[in-house]
Amino acid sequence: MKFKKILPQFLTLLFIVLIFGFFTMNAQENMDTRGIQFGFGFLKQEASFDIQFSLIDYDGSRSYARAYLVGLLNTLLVSVIGIILSTILGVIIGVARLSPNYLINKTASFYVEFFRNVPLLLQIFFWYFAALRALPMPEDAPLIFGSSYMTIKGLYTIAPVWNNFDVFFGALIIAMIIIFFFNKFAKRKQEEEGKQYPKFLISLGIFIIIPALTFIVGGVDLSWSFPELKQLAKTSFTFEGGLGIPPELIALTLALTLYTATFIAENVRAGIQGIGKGQKEAAASIGLTPSQVLKLVVMPQALRIIIPPTTNQYLNLTKNSSLAAAIAYPDLVLVFAGTAMMQTGRAIEIVGITMATYLTISLSISAFMNWYNKRIAIQEK
Amino acid sequence: MFKYLKQLTSLVAMVAVLFTFTTETFAAKKSKTLKNTQKKGFVRCGVSQGLPGFSNADAAGNWTGVDVDVCRAVAAAVLGDANKVKFTPLSAKERFTALTSGEIDILSRNTTWTLSRDADIGLTFVGVNFYDGQGFMVRKDSGITSTSQFKNGISACTNIGTTTELNMRDFFNSKGISYTPVAFEKADEVVAAYDAGRCDTYTTDKSGLAAQRTKMTNPDDHIVLPETISKEPLGPVVRQGDAVWEDIVRWSLNTMIEAEEYGVTSANADMMKTSENPQIKRLVGAEGEMGAAFGLDNEWNLRIIKQVGNYGESYKRNIADTGILPDRGPNELWTKGGILYVPPSR
Repeated sequence: MKFKKILPQFLTLLFIVLIFGFFTMNAQENMDTRGIQFGFGFLKQEASFDIQFSLIDYDGSRSYARAYLVGLLNTLLVSVIGIILSTILGVIIGVARLSPNYLINKTASFYVEFFRNVPLLLQIFFWYFAALRALPMPEDAPLIFGSSYMTIKGLYTIAPVWNNFDVFFGALIIAMIIIFFFNKFAKRKQEEEGKQYPKFLISLGIFIIIPALTFIVGGVDLSWSFPELKQLAKTSFTFEGGLGIPPELIALTLALTLYTATFIAENVRAGIQGIGKGQKEAAASIGLTPSQVLKLVVMPQALRIIIPPTTNQYLNLTKNSSLAAAIAYPDLVLVFAGTAMMQTGRAIEIVGITMATYLTISLSISAFMNWYNKRIAIQEK
Repeated sequence: MFKYLKQLTSLVAMVAVLFTFTTETFAAKKSKTLKNTQKKGFVRCGVSQGLPGFSNADAAGNWTGVDVDVCRAVAAAVLGDANKVKFTPLSAKERFTALTSGEIDILSRNTTWTLSRDADIGLTFVGVNFYDGQGFMVRKDSGITSTSQFKNGISACTNIGTTTELNMRDFFNSKGISYTPVAFEKADEVVAAYDAGRCDTYTTDKSGLAAQRTKMTNPDDHIVLPETISKEPLGPVVRQGDAVWEDIVRWSLNTMIEAEEYGVTSANADMMKTSENPQIKRLVGAEGEMGAAFGLDNEWNLRIIKQVGNYGESYKRNIADTGILPDRGPNELWTKGGILYVPPSR
C-alpha cells in the first residue's frame, strides 16, 4: 500500500532528474565542442564599464560582482518605489470607483480601462520620449518649490548633507523599538482594563522627538546642497551639486505605477464590494462610529480578498521592471544580463544568476505577503 | 524474384555509397558547417537590426550593405547563388550567443575584432571588411569642434553590448573628465534620446555615427568630431572549431578585396578568364585548383565576383553612393594609400 503511494512520486522525481541531467550534459558537451569554458571566476574581474546611476559607490575599476550589485539595487529601488506608489494610487482609484459621485466614478473607470489595456512597454516609451520632448533644457528650466529643476536631463533637487548621520540613524531605530513595545503595552492595558491610549499620536511623538534630540545633544547637523547650473558648451548646460534623479527612473516609475495601480484598484474595489451590506449595518447598530466600522469591520474582511491577487501584482511589477533596458535605466537586466554578459560572453552563467535573482526576489515578496495574509486572516472558531 | 530484388537493392546502395565517397571531398566531410549549409540550401547569416551601409533591410525585406555582401559572397561560393542567404537581425547583445549556439553560421554585423572576443568566447574572426574607429557626434550649435572642449558633467548616449562603453570609459578617464553614460539596449532609442536632447554627445563607431546621422530629425544640425578614440577593425566572425568553414569565409572576403586590386569587376570577370596575368586567372578560376582545398569547385571565386562584385563595387554601392561615407579613408586599397591588404590567392 505504502509502496504503491511512493512509486509514482519516485518515478516523477527520477524523470525530472533525468531531464535536468540530459540538459546539463547536452549543454556541457556543446560548450566543450565550441570551446566555451564554464565558471564564475569572471565575477572577480574588473568590469571596466561605467554605470549611469548607482546607489552604492561604483566605477569601472570595480568587479563584475559589484556591477551586479548595482543593477540589483537599481531593480529593487524601482520595484519598491513602484509598489508603494501603485498601492497608494490603487487604493484611491479603487475607492473612487465606488464613489456615488458621477464624475469621480467615471474618471476612475476611464483611468482603469485605459491604462490596463495599453501594453506596458508602449507606456514606458510614451512616458520616456513624451517627457523628453516636453521637458525644458537645463538652462530654460524654471525653479520649482524654491529647490528643484525638472529638465530633460532629469530632476535636480536639493540633497541633504549630514553630519554624524549614524547617530541620527541609531536614534531612529531606538525610537522604533520603543514604539513597538509601547504599542504592545497599550494593547495589553486595553484588553485588561479597557483603557484606551491615543496610540497614534504618542507613537508619532516618540518618532519625532527622539531623533530630534540628537540634533541638540548628539552633534547631528543637517544642511542642504543646492543644484547649480553649469555651462558645458555654448548651448549645452547641466546641473552640478544637489541630487540628480535621471529621467529614465522617473519615466519607468511612472509607467509601472500607473499600469500596476489599475489592477490593484480593481482588487480593492472587489474587496470592498465583497463585504455584505449587513455587516456594516450590524456594526453600526452596536454603536460603532463610521470610522470604526471601516477600521474594525470592513477593512479586516476586505483585506482578506485584496491581499492574494495584489501579491501577484507586486510580483508582476518587479518582473516588469526589467523592461527598463529599453530606456537606459541601469537595472539588473541592462547592466548584468546586458553589458556584463556581452563583455564576458558568459551567457549561461549570467542568465542563470539573473534568473535565480529574480526568483529570489519574487519568492521573498511572495513569502512576506503570505505571512501578512495569514496574520490578517480571520481565525475561524 | 524476391531474392533478386534484394540483391539489386544492395547493389544500388553500394553504388550510392561509393558515389558519395568519391564526390564528397575530404574537406567537405571535415566541415560540418559546409555540409549542413549545402544540405539546407542557404547560408545562415547574422546581421544588425538596421545600420545603413552595413546591413539594412528595405521595405520589401531585401538586405543590403557591405556586411551583407560578405554573406552573399559565401553563398555564391558554396551554393552558387548569392541570394541563398537567410538573414537573422541580431542586437549587439544577442549576436555572439546566436553564433556560438549554432543558430547562425556567419556573424557579419559590424563587429570589432578584439583579443578577448577572439580568444575567450568560442569565436574566430576571419578578417576585416571595414576599418573603423569610435568618435563623437555633437550638436553643431553647441560650438564644440573638438573633444578637447569636453567638460566635467557631460552626458554621453550610446548603446550597450559593444566595445563602445569600454572605449568611452578609457577616453574620459585618460582625460580626467567626469561623465554620465546613458546606455540603451537598441541603437534606435539612442538616436531618439540624443536627438531629443537627453545627451550632450552621442558616441559609437564613426561609420555608425555617419549612418545614424541620416536618421536624425535634422541631420545638418549635428557634426561628427574629427578625433578617433579607438581602433575598431570590423569583420565577419565564425564559430571556433571548423577550420574549413573559417577558411571559406576568410577567402570569400579576400577574393572580393583582391579582385578590386587586380581590377576584376562583376562586369569584366568572365573576360578576365583569358587574361595574361596568372594571378588574375587564378582569381576567376581559370588556373590552378583553388577551390579543392575547401571542398568547392574551381569557379567559386568567379561566382563571388560576378554575383556580388569586388570590394570597391560593394563599398560604392552601399556606403559611398548612399552618402554615408563618400571618402574611403583607411578602407582604400594599400596600392592607393589605404590599409586594405590581403594575402594573395595562390
